[in-house]
Amino acid sequence: METIILFSPLVGALLCGFGWRVFGERAAMWIATALLFLAAILSWIVFLTFDGTTEQIQILRWIESGSLSTDWSIRLDRLTAIMLIVVTTVSALVHLYSFGYMDHDPQWREGEVYKPRFFAYLSFFTFAMLMLVTSDNLAQMFFGWEGVGVASYLLIGFYYRKPSANAAAIKAFVVNRVGDFGFALGIFALFFLTDSIRFDDVFAEAPRLAETQLTFLWTEWNAANLVAFLLFIGAMGKSAQLLLHTWLPDAMEGPTPVSALIHAATMVTAGVFLVCRMSPVLEFAPEAMAFVTVLGALTAFFAASVGLVQTDIKRVIAYSTCSQLGYMFVAAGVGMYSAAMFHLFTHAFFKAMLFLGAGSVIHAMHHEQDMMNYGGLRKRIPYTFWAMMIGTLAITGVGVPVWILTLGEIPIGFAGFHSKDAIVESAYAAGSGIGFWALVIAALFTSFYSWRLMFLTFYGEPRGNKHTHEHAHESPVVMLIPLGVLALGAVFAGMIWYKSFFGHVDQVAKFYGIPYAEATEHAEDHDDKTQAEPAADGPADAHHVDAAEGGQGDEKGHGAHHYAFVGEPGQGSLYVAPGNTLLDDAHKVPYWVKTSPFAAMLIGLLFAYWFYIVNPSLPGKLAENQRPLYLFLKNKWYFDELYNVIFVQPALWIGRQLWRKGDGNVIDGSINGVAMGIVPFFTRLAGRVQSGYIFTYAFAMVIGIAVLITWMTMSGGAN
Amino acid sequence: MATDLTLILPEVFMACFAMLGLILAVYTSKDGMASQLVWATSAVFLVMAIWIGTTGEGTNVAFDGMFVDDAFSRFCKVAILLSAAAILLMSEGYMADRGILRFEYPMLIVLAVVGMMMMVSAGDLMSLYMGLELQSLALYVVASLRRDSVKSTEAGLKYFVLGALSSGLLLYGASLVYGYSGTTLFSGIIQTAKSGDMSLGLLFGLVFLAAGFAFKVSAVPFHMWTPDVYEGSPTPITAFFATAPKLAAMALFARVMHDAFGSAVRDWQQIIAFLSVLSMFLGAVAAIGQTNIKRLMAFSSIAHMGYALMGLAAGTVLGVQAMLVYMAIYVTMNVGTFAFILMMQRDGQPVTDIASLNLYARREPGRALAMLVLLFSLAGVPPMLGFFGKLYVLRAAYDAGLIWLAVAGVIASVIGAFYYLRIVFFMYFGDETDEVMTGSKSPILSGFLMASATIMVVGIVNMFGIEGAAAFAATALVN
Repeated sequence: METIILFSPLVGALLCGFGWRVFGERAAMWIATALLFLAAILSWIVFLTFDGTTEQIQILRWIESGSLSTDWSIRLDRLTAIMLIVVTTVSALVHLYSFGYMDHDPQWREGEVYKPRFFAYLSFFTFAMLMLVTSDNLAQMFFGWEGVGVASYLLIGFYYRKPSANAAAIKAFVVNRVGDFGFALGIFALFFLTDSIRFDDVFAEAPRLAETQLTFLWTEWNAANLVAFLLFIGAMGKSAQLLLHTWLPDAMEGPTPVSALIHAATMVTAGVFLVCRMSPVLEFAPEAMAFVTVLGALTAFFAASVGLVQTDIKRVIAYSTCSQLGYMFVAAGVGMYSAAMFHLFTHAFFKAMLFLGAGSVIHAMHHEQDMMNYGGLRKRIPYTFWAMMIGTLAITGVGVPVWILTLGEIPIGFAGFHSKDAIVESAYAAGSGIGFWALVIAALFTSFYSWRLMFLTFYGEPRGNKHTHEHAHESPVVMLIPLGVLALGAVFAGMIWYKSFFGHVDQVAKFYGIPYAEATEHAEDHDDKTQAEPAADGPADAHHVDAAEGGQGDEKGHGAHHYAFVGEPGQGSLYVAPGNTLLDDAHKVPYWVKTSPFAAMLIGLLFAYWFYIVNPSLPGKLAENQRPLYLFLKNKWYFDELYNVIFVQPALWIGRQLWRKGDGNVIDGSINGVAMGIVPFFTRLAGRVQSGYIFTYAFAMVIGIAVLITWMTMSGGAN
Repeated sequence: MATDLTLILPEVFMACFAMLGLILAVYTSKDGMASQLVWATSAVFLVMAIWIGTTGEGTNVAFDGMFVDDAFSRFCKVAILLSAAAILLMSEGYMADRGILRFEYPMLIVLAVVGMMMMVSAGDLMSLYMGLELQSLALYVVASLRRDSVKSTEAGLKYFVLGALSSGLLLYGASLVYGYSGTTLFSGIIQTAKSGDMSLGLLFGLVFLAAGFAFKVSAVPFHMWTPDVYEGSPTPITAFFATAPKLAAMALFARVMHDAFGSAVRDWQQIIAFLSVLSMFLGAVAAIGQTNIKRLMAFSSIAHMGYALMGLAAGTVLGVQAMLVYMAIYVTMNVGTFAFILMMQRDGQPVTDIASLNLYARREPGRALAMLVLLFSLAGVPPMLGFFGKLYVLRAAYDAGLIWLAVAGVIASVIGAFYYLRIVFFMYFGDETDEVMTGSKSPILSGFLMASATIMVVGIVNMFGIEGAAAFAATALVN
């Protein structure tokens, strides 16, 4: 079944990309879409029936070279299962959505066939992404990693007649190369240290890495820290974290379904997935983890601040994505991988929905993307409006604070509410001040720019081209169905899986297949007072779960039934070090911490309401008053300009030098000299020697033997 | 004695076949039988190849070590027989059209092949010389088969005179070797010829022997006869010169170096490396100036011999294996290329001018494509088989520590690519000319051309298992 999931997108891509001439355009698109829906349904079956035991499904022997021996096989554990449903579901819906969105694209002339190509790229991307998430070793992961990079390049540059799209595609590719270089170095380092790139072997060696020193760039490093750091550089590139984030906003040059699929829901979360996948190594690398936390927090803050002032609807959402990815990295950095995955999971639904909703708006407005030309669209496109509303409620984290009302033990709220609060609480519980405050402020910003987007688009007076507004129309039903499905996820995903991702230790452990054990005291001394219970052993420990649920909910402290993770690295899909009691601690943070994201959300909402509904002239005045700050944010903290001066210009200069002087003069010059001067000279010489006279020929032979004899006598073996 | 005869039964059979064929033809319809004789000879070659290829096993020695039958000799014999059969079949139509299909021709080829088979099986300086001369004498005659043509007779005469000189050098070397080692048996010589402990006389003998072989494989500076003989001989004879005798001479070279001087690798390694590097560069550089495709192929074969010698120069099992693989690929390529050259004609007259190929691809796209594949393969452009042959010898040289030789080989192959690609350029992008070729429609030639081109492409999968056979043969030779 897993094999079918993995390969059906590939089959779809090949059939659609190469076979559309045979099947016809529409049939080819339907084949790709149908195969993806098949994959999505099977993925849900896998996810829901998965019992927590890690499985490996071998597809073929792949690389056999020296001590490097690698299979191509599917590693099926909870992480993979989560990613499977995220990837295939969003991808299937995006395929469906593209039927409407890509129809009559103004970029193409009448009669040009572009849709099968688009669908083939989408399906190919899905295949590469599935390769990435199902990988059982680092080489396989790298293959998928690069595969999604290629697909991303192709899709960002899909409108290849637009110079800006080509530039954006190249930028995305080049910036990702920086990250990939780090990732590749990390893989090399792991292979160097553990002599294997299989996850099982690497994870088993992880404790030893922490005690190994490694010299890299003339510096002594702790091996675990170095590896974790290098791998994180790869994750930074793919997930558009600070310093390597510049490509993501530009990637919005691609068609909007692409933005939804690749640059919101799936590919950009590959970095988070990588960090979670490598949790056994990261747990032994405290310095690298701290770096991940700080960088994630800074990214969350930075991207949210830039999002405040952007006017392009897609760029706002792009910065929002960047910011939300920062959240996930903070969670992973403090050691709450489960919360990171939770946010990844819920974010995929509501962010894909926001993008598809934005696409619907853009579609309605004839490919107008500037929010300054929107306004008052609520009545014209009601379904889109409601979808966007649900998405906004989800991303801003609307819900009922836990201390007021819960449903059983589950807080009530939209998906983003659960996962974001989980991260904020974890950050606080981990004692990461910068993480906590940056995230809370970012939550405020998130709320502000999300509502700003809503208010500018759907409320107020219509602005911009009147003609466009008059012709604004609701999108076709193929575009609305995906919105509806994603809306379900955005509303309910958080509540349904809250316990699995962020419940008590035993629930989370069972979800991820991590062994856990009962601890009467605190987790520090679990080693001698616990008896390990395998997680798959469901019925046997059911009464523990019941007992735990019957307790005091979140407030359950050092009670009678207390569980701790006891897995070895590589057991289960995540590894939580014995000393890491963050999950418990996060549930015990003070009320004001639990309420703070909610408060931030409310403040943001009120500000947005005040700025854009009550007093719409205020933003302009503020921008006038605080011009430097406004420009600073508007120009994305001047990152692009800075990079342009530091990297791009010197690289271009070096390139020009090498091209003109190095290649043009030196290489071409010498090659031409040899080819047009020296070789013809010898050719003429050889032609003259070939006189046709026997005596010349005999003479050459005699000379030859004389030379050989002389040489052998002088140098020869005779002595 | 009986076992000795069993071992050389194929050679005996073929010698008898040649003589009986001659007598038969003389007493019956003479040249009228030539065509049938050609077919019969090809059939005999084919049967012999299958016989030798399937029956023999292990290493057997006959006549007190003068004749050796091992995997190496069997590999070479099969290759020689198959290529000779192919060339014979290709030549029949061409020679019949030109009225030069004499009944002696197939019989001379049989005798030459017997000589070659003796050469690759030689275990003694005597049997070596016997095989070599049998082969050479037959070839001198076929080179001047076209008695009424000045060029053909000139070619035969040049070949004969220079061949005599080289035979003299070889014999002088053989006598030196005999004088200093006291035996003509390879197995005896190898006892005396120890590396670093070799008497100067023996070393001189080695050098003279090597010079004689170098003449046969047309390695620089003993190559001078090659372009003239290639150009002057009738084209089918040229095709024959370029294939089986080259393979036989190369095998003999390897046989003597490893069997008789196998413990003095470092001594002969430098000689062969020297010959190799000169051949590669001269073959590449001199061919550029050629306008006649037969002369061009002569220089091409000189360059190719340089690469094969590179494998031999490695002095290892891998080196001999690489050499054998390279030669097998080379022979296959040349069969196809000469099939193409044989088809080049205008109004029934053969043409050999490269310029006549202008825009050939427009008239005969299929053949032009096949020729393109072959030329790419000759130039060593991946992914054709010729590339892997080169890769093999380069690796052998590299592994043996002859890195400079490998580098030189790569540079020479870059230079050499020029003249192959120039033909491709003429065929596809050349100028319009009036002197267009009116290609012959021979199905046999087309068949060989297409088959050879196909092998160059398909063969990259597993080289038709030739690697394993070559490795086996090489192991049998080097010990």
